[in-house]
Amino acid sequence: MAHPIFTPEHEELRRSIRAYVEKELRPHADEWEAAKDFPDSVFRRMGELGFLGLHFAVDDGGSGGDYLTMLVLAEEMARCGSGGVSMAISVQCEYVTPPIAKFGTAEQKARWLRPAIEGRRIGALGITEPGAGSDVAGITTRAERDGDGYVVNGAKTFITNGCRADFLLLVAKTDATQRHAGISLFLVDTDTPGFAVTRRLDKVGMWPSDTAELAFTDMRIPAENLLGEEGKGFHHVMWELQGERLSAAAGACAGAQITVDATAEFVKGRRAFGQRIADFQAVRHHLAECQTAIDAARALTYETAWRVQLGEYPVQAITEAKLLATRTHFQVADTCLQLHGGMGYMMEMPVQRAWRDSRLARIGAGADEVMLDAIAKSMGL
Amino acid sequence: MNVVVCVKQIPDPATPGELDASTKTLRRSGSIILDDSDAYGVEMGLQLADKAGGGEVILVSMAPNNENKGLRTALAMGAAKALLISDEALAGSDALSTAKVLAKAIERADADLILTATESTDGYTGTIPAQVAELLGLPMVTFAKHIEVDGDRVKVQRQTEAGYDEVESPLPAVVSVTAGVVEPRYPSFKGIMAAKGKPVDELKVADLGLDAGQVGWAGARQEIADVSAAEERKAGEIVEDEGDGAERIVAFLEQLKVI
Ligand SMILES: Cc1cc2nc3c(=O)[nH]c(=O)nc-3n(C[C@H](O)[C@H](O)[C@H](O)COP(=O)(O)OP(=O)(O)OC[C@H]3O[C@@H](n4cnc5c(N)ncnc54)[C@H](O)[C@@H]3O)c2cc1C
Ligand SMILES: Cc1cc2nc3c(=O)[nH]c(=O)nc-3n(C[C@H](O)[C@H](O)[C@H](O)COP(=O)(O)OP(=O)(O)OC[C@H]3O[C@@H](n4cnc5c(N)ncnc54)[C@H](O)[C@@H]3O)c2cc1C
Repeated sequence: MAHPIFTPEHEELRRSIRAYVEKELRPHADEWEAAKDFPDSVFRRMGELGFLGLHFAVDDGGSGGDYLTMLVLAEEMARCGSGGVSMAISVQCEYVTPPIAKFGTAEQKARWLRPAIEGRRIGALGITEPGAGSDVAGITTRAERDGDGYVVNGAKTFITNGCRADFLLLVAKTDATQRHAGISLFLVDTDTPGFAVTRRLDKVGMWPSDTAELAFTDMRIPAENLLGEEGKGFHHVMWELQGERLSAAAGACAGAQITVDATAEFVKGRRAFGQRIADFQAVRHHLAECQTAIDAARALTYETAWRVQLGEYPVQAITEAKLLATRTHFQVADTCLQLHGGMGYMMEMPVQRAWRDSRLARIGAGADEVMLDAIAKSMGL
Repeated sequence: MNVVVCVKQIPDPATPGELDASTKTLRRSGSIILDDSDAYGVEMGLQLADKAGGGEVILVSMAPNNENKGLRTALAMGAAKALLISDEALAGSDALSTAKVLAKAIERADADLILTATESTDGYTGTIPAQVAELLGLPMVTFAKHIEVDGDRVKVQRQTEAGYDEVESPLPAVVSVTAGVVEPRYPSFKGIMAAKGKPVDELKVADLGLDAGQVGWAGARQEIADVSAAEERKAGEIVEDEGDGAERIVAFLEQLKVI
C-alpha cells in the first residue's frame, strides 16, 4: 500500500521513474562504477523525460509538480545501483536549479534554469573551500565589484559535477568584512576566462560522480550574473538546503531498504553450523533492528514532508530527519555488510558499495555534528 | 485515424495474487496495473496516430470494480480517452465472453484500426484478439512486429519462426502486436496530471446491448476443472570437474538423448 501522503499521481510517477531507472540506469551501474564516471547523456535523457524539473513551474520548463515529486524521484533513484549517479542528478535538480527558480530574473531563468531542467546544461554548486566547509560564513573566495561587473579570486573544493559542469552556482564574498551578510551568489559559465578545474578528486565512494577542486583567477563576471540580492547569498542557499535535506533523507531510507531486502535474501541462502544463518536469532534480530530503524526514519521523513507540503517550514524536523535517515542508512549498510561475512568485504557484492556510498551523507550537505548543533539551537540551547 | 487499443489491467506481477480455491480463479484484490504487453500496443497506436497527422487513441478495457489504474497509465502515455466495462454480471467471464464485451465496446468507438497484444501476461490464452476480430467480422493479422498504415490499408510485418511475412489488409482490421516492437514511452508527470482530466466512460453490460446470460459465470463455455500448484523446480545435478567434466556433460546429454 502506498503511504497516504502520496496521491495516485505520485504513484504513477513512481512507476514511470522506476521503469526508467531499471531499464536505463541500473544495467550500467557496474560499468560506471568501474569507469568512475558516467556519461553526460544521462542528464539529457532525464531532462527529456521531465525528471529534472518535476517541481518547477511549467513556465520555467518544469512539470508543475509539488514538493513530494522530489521525494519520489530521490526514492526511485536509490534503485539505480550507484549512489554516485543519484548524487550527481540530485545536485543538478535539488541544489543548483531551485535557487535560480526562486531568485532568478527572467533572463537568468532562460539562460541557466531551462537548459538545466532540459538536461542540456549541467550545473554544480560551489560553497565548500579548502579552508571552510561547515563554517560557510568563513569562506574567503572574493567577488570584488569592478565597474559593471565583479572580479573573482579564490578556490573551491569537493565540488560535485565540478569537472563536467557547464555552469557553477558560485557562493562568494562580496564584502570581506562581513561573515553571513557578506555572501552573494553568482551564476558562472565554466568557459569564463580565469575559471579552472585544478584536480579531479579520488574518493572512498560515490565513484561515478566527479568531484572537483576549482580555482578562480581574476575571473571577470558581468553584474547580471549576480543571483538574488547582494549580501543575501547565505540566506538564499540555506533556504534551498532544507528541501534538499529532506529528499536526501527519503533517498537514504529507500537505499537502506534495498540493502536490507538484499541481505534478507542473502541470509536465507547462506548456511553455517548446519542451518540457514537467517535462523540464528542474532542474525534475525539484526535485520529486525535495521527494518525498525528504517521505518522510524521514514515515518519522520514523511511526516515532515507532509508538513512542508502543507506550507510549513519545519527546519528542526527537517534537520532531524536528515540526521536520523542518513545515519540509519550507514548503520544499516554496516550491519548488512557484517551479515554477509567475508563476501561483504568483496568488491563484487553490492553491499560494499552501499556501505562506502552511504558514508558520505553523514558528512556532505551538513555533517552530523552540524545537524545536531542546528537542532540544539532550535531547542533554545 | 482513430486507433482502438484493447488494454488489460492485471494484478501487479511484483505482488503476485493467489488463486481462489472455490472459484478456481484469480483473487483480484491487490494492486492493478496496465499489462506490460499492452504498453506496446498503446505506444504503437500513439505513433501511428501521430504519423497519420490526426486522430486519437481510444482505450477499451474490461475489468472488475471499475478498476482504472492501468487505464490512467495508458492515458498518461498519451491516449485520448477510455471505455471501461465493469459489471458484476461479468464475474466468471471466460475468454469468449470477454471478447463479446470488448467487441461491443469497440463498435462504439469508430475505429480505423484495433490493436491488441498477442497474449496477456496473466491469462495468456492468446485467444481474445482472434475472437474479437471474428465477432466484429473484421480481418485479423497476428504477431505484428511492424505496422504501417497506407491510406485505407495496413501493411504488417508478421513475425514468424524463420523471419517475417509481409501481410496487407484493408482497414478497419484487428492487429495483434508482439512484445518489444516499439519502446513504450515512460509517462511524464505532465502526462500523468493531464490524464486525470481525460474521460473514462464506464459502461455496463446492458449499455452494450448484451444480455447478462451471455457473459459471466452464466455465459461461460469454458470451465476450470481443477487448479493445482506448479511443481517446484527440482534442484539441478552439480558436476564437480575432476578433469573429466567435459566427458561427464557429454554422457549426461547422451542420456537425455539430446546428442
Ligand atoms: C563527495 C563529496 C561531495 C561534495 N559535494 C559538494 C558540492 O557539490 N558543493 C559543495 O559546496 N560542497 C560539497 N562537499 C563538501 C561538504 O559539504 C563538506 O565536506 C561538509 O560540509 C563538511 O565540511 P568540511 O569538509 O570542511 O569539514 P569541516 O567543516 O572541517 O569539519 C570537520 C569536522 O569538524 C566537525 N565540526 C565542524 N564544525 C563543527 C561544530 N560547529 N560543532 C561540532 N563539530 C563541528 C565536523 O562535523 C566534522 O566532523 C562535498 C563533500 C564530499 C566529501
Ligand atoms: C474462469 C474465469 C473467470 C474470469 N473472471 C473474470 C472477472 O471476474 N472479471 C473480469 O473482468 N474478467 C474475468 N475473466 C476474464 C479474464 O481475465 C480475461 O480477460 C479473459 O479470459 C482473456 O484471457 P487472456 O488474458 O488469456 O487474454 P489473451 O487472449 O491472452 O489476451 C490478448 C490480448 O487481448 C486483450 N485483452 C484480453 N483481455 C482483455 C480485457 N479484459 N480488457 C481489454 N483487453 C483485453 C489485450 O490486448 C490482451 O493482451 C475471467 C476468466 C476466466 C477464465
